[in-house]
Amino acid sequence: MKRAFEYFIEKLILLSGIASIIFVILIFIFLLREGLSLFAGTNPLEFLFGRNWYPISDPPQFGILPLILGSLLVTLGAIIIAVPLGIAAAVYVAEIAPLWLRDILKSGIELLAAIPSIVLGFIGIATLAPFLKTVFHLPSGLTALAGSIMLAFMAMPTIVSIIEDSIVSVPKSYKEGSLALGATHWQTIYKVVLPAASSGILAAIMLGIGRVVGETMAVLMITGNAAVLPTSFLQPVRTLTATIAAEMGEAVAGSSHYYALFAIGIVLFVISFVINLLADMFLHRKVK
Amino acid sequence: MDTKTKEKIAFAILLVATILVVTPVALIMLLVLFNGIPALTPEFIFSSPREGMRAGGIFPAIVGTLYLALGTAVFSIPLGILAAIYLNEYAARNWLTRTIELAIINLAGVPSIVYGLFGLGLFVTFLNFGASILSGSLTLAIMTLPVIITATREALNSVPRSFREVSFSLGASRWQTVRHVVLPNAIPGILTGTILGLSRAAGETAPILFTVAAFYLPRLPQSISDQAMALPYHIYVLSTQVPNVSVKVQYGTVLVLVLLIFVLNLAASVLRTRFRRRKTW
Amino acid sequence: MTIAKLQVTNLNVWYNNQPAVKNISLEVKTNEILGVIGPSNSGKTSFLRTLNRMNELYPNSRTTGEVRLDGLDIFKGIDKHLLRKRVGIVFALPLPLPLSIFDNIAYGPRMHGIKSRKKLQDIVERSLKAAAIWDEVKDRLPVNAFKLSGGQQQRLCIARTLAVEPEVILYDEPCSGLDPISTLRIEEAMRELKKNYTQVLVTNNVKQAARVSDRTAFFLMGEMIEIGETKDVFTRPVDKRTDDYITGRFG
Repeated sequence: MKRAFEYFIEKLILLSGIASIIFVILIFIFLLREGLSLFAGTNPLEFLFGRNWYPISDPPQFGILPLILGSLLVTLGAIIIAVPLGIAAAVYVAEIAPLWLRDILKSGIELLAAIPSIVLGFIGIATLAPFLKTVFHLPSGLTALAGSIMLAFMAMPTIVSIIEDSIVSVPKSYKEGSLALGATHWQTIYKVVLPAASSGILAAIMLGIGRVVGETMAVLMITGNAAVLPTSFLQPVRTLTATIAAEMGEAVAGSSHYYALFAIGIVLFVISFVINLLADMFLHRKVK
Repeated sequence: MDTKTKEKIAFAILLVATILVVTPVALIMLLVLFNGIPALTPEFIFSSPREGMRAGGIFPAIVGTLYLALGTAVFSIPLGILAAIYLNEYAARNWLTRTIELAIINLAGVPSIVYGLFGLGLFVTFLNFGASILSGSLTLAIMTLPVIITATREALNSVPRSFREVSFSLGASRWQTVRHVVLPNAIPGILTGTILGLSRAAGETAPILFTVAAFYLPRLPQSISDQAMALPYHIYVLSTQVPNVSVKVQYGTVLVLVLLIFVLNLAASVLRTRFRRRKTW
Repeated sequence: MTIAKLQVTNLNVWYNNQPAVKNISLEVKTNEILGVIGPSNSGKTSFLRTLNRMNELYPNSRTTGEVRLDGLDIFKGIDKHLLRKRVGIVFALPLPLPLSIFDNIAYGPRMHGIKSRKKLQDIVERSLKAAAIWDEVKDRLPVNAFKLSGGQQQRLCIARTLAVEPEVILYDEPCSGLDPISTLRIEEAMRELKKNYTQVLVTNNVKQAARVSDRTAFFLMGEMIEIGETKDVFTRPVDKRTDDYITGRFG
């Protein structure tokens, strides 16, 4: 009796372990199920590289290049802002801050991670957008720049904590060796510690990119929703994620618009798959 | 400029950068509190909306969020704990284990809107659950699974290996060892991680957009096949699609969500410290 | 002629493809204390852990050869959980479970199906008495086991092993972290236990083996160099290496 129960529960445990693989496959299948239907009527290359996203015109055009570039622009901007700041903050917290300050700073950064993106999006519309509108004399503050700034802050906790972990796991002997040779603390940091933590930094960047590319609500609210090819940061843009969120409500189930949105989902899934694979490789390499 | 001065300048710049990273958090919190507290009347919290959101409160959205969190917990916690037990206590280091770990990393990285599409495709449409608390909970549960698994694995790892060896040496089976020695000592960590995972699920908007959320449902949901209002979705619509909503109402809703998440995070934190102190080994 | 309690024939153990135990054959007689001495890395601990299949907890271990308990093949003829009930082990460091003293001792019996409170109380008292620690803890049974001193914890571990009613007790350098008085107490307990149990004692302390064991085996680099009555091995060793180790010329 006891043996039977144990056998049953151990099979359940095995099944639960495999469940994650099953879910990934399921997600992929269901995205494909709806998304691939688009390509019955539209050429995949037109889809990926077409410059016109007019899903409700007649006939509809489903080129997602403006959306890809929108995502790219916003992501690039976010990374440019977040990575230097993130490295700086991580270095300060891990190496320089006095102990009492370290805990406060770490709590502050953790707090940032706990804020839901919808709240940050809301704050962005309420404060950041009007600010940018005034400072840059724009017709509206809902721009790629606003998106980049918000996303930079959203990615910050991830980036800072991974880099901080990497810095902390640099063997003490490296630092002590450098200091013993007469280098200052700062010199030790940028000549010894940071290079040693470089795969961690790369992993943090990759994961930060992943976090940013996947963000939906905040970008939807703050980047202005113009599905056109972007030419500057001070323009409204539209990302891949925001498009799905904004338009699914109006797409009729079974229409080509509906399928097109799922097709965008496939693109996003593949992008995040690749980014996560790369990030994981970097993180594992760091252990050596 | 000598090296000592260079160092001082560098450290000052780093301090400025860190302040730049951390201060917005404080500012945001202050802003939300300052603008949101005036909205927190008992009527706002406990009554339903009236007149198309121009009067009344957000009670159904609060209830909806709590139902969704509960549903997410029911589906993701048992599965997540068992999966973590498999990975840590049973699996050998082989290709299957590595594949499972990669799958978990991927689940963790899938954009939340893609989860929304997945939920729409599988639960709402294919399985015909429709837009409902059921669909929303299942979608959020799969999204929360990686967090639960990772937290549980860490908690299991923190139990010293020697405990397991002792149990085996007395003739206990692997399941007995997990059930009587490992799990009881991992519960605090599991609890903490689970609460944090649920608090994240409660704040998500994209996965519930097409799977459960409705904007104006003055009634409370009666069953898991009903649609429901939810705080994150409510904030989204209030701030982008309803004209002439007072700023006070917007900030009030934001504050309620933030308070909910804050309470959950605080609970997790308190649990963590309490159990760390009571640990006998 | 009685069969030996444990019969080891051509035992080889590899960890990560490195040999740890090389072709060892010996017998452990019923109710004797067999001492196993040798420098570190001689395979003593690997050998010991194979006797109750605890070496299988290491994922990269490989074993060939035969070990028989009362004639029964321990690898093929008996469920390993049952084997570990019959062949218990005391580790080098005291390893209490994070439970009360009572629950520590009761853990094994509970896992083997004993539920009655009365029975468990009897078992706990008997085991603590046999491990010579009952008087010190009888009023403190609900206290967490980590509150005991190192020597007491180790005797607790012996009691815990006794609680599942084994036939053989394996000791893996049980006194290595303990003060001389605790060590003496444990050695006394071992002598008492001889009446009812067969014991195998792996020790780094040559003098301890001389004090306590009936027969002694000398291991070196995975091989057994010599085995015999303790007084013979210590006064007239057959192999020069044994003599060198015992007299301290190396080790």
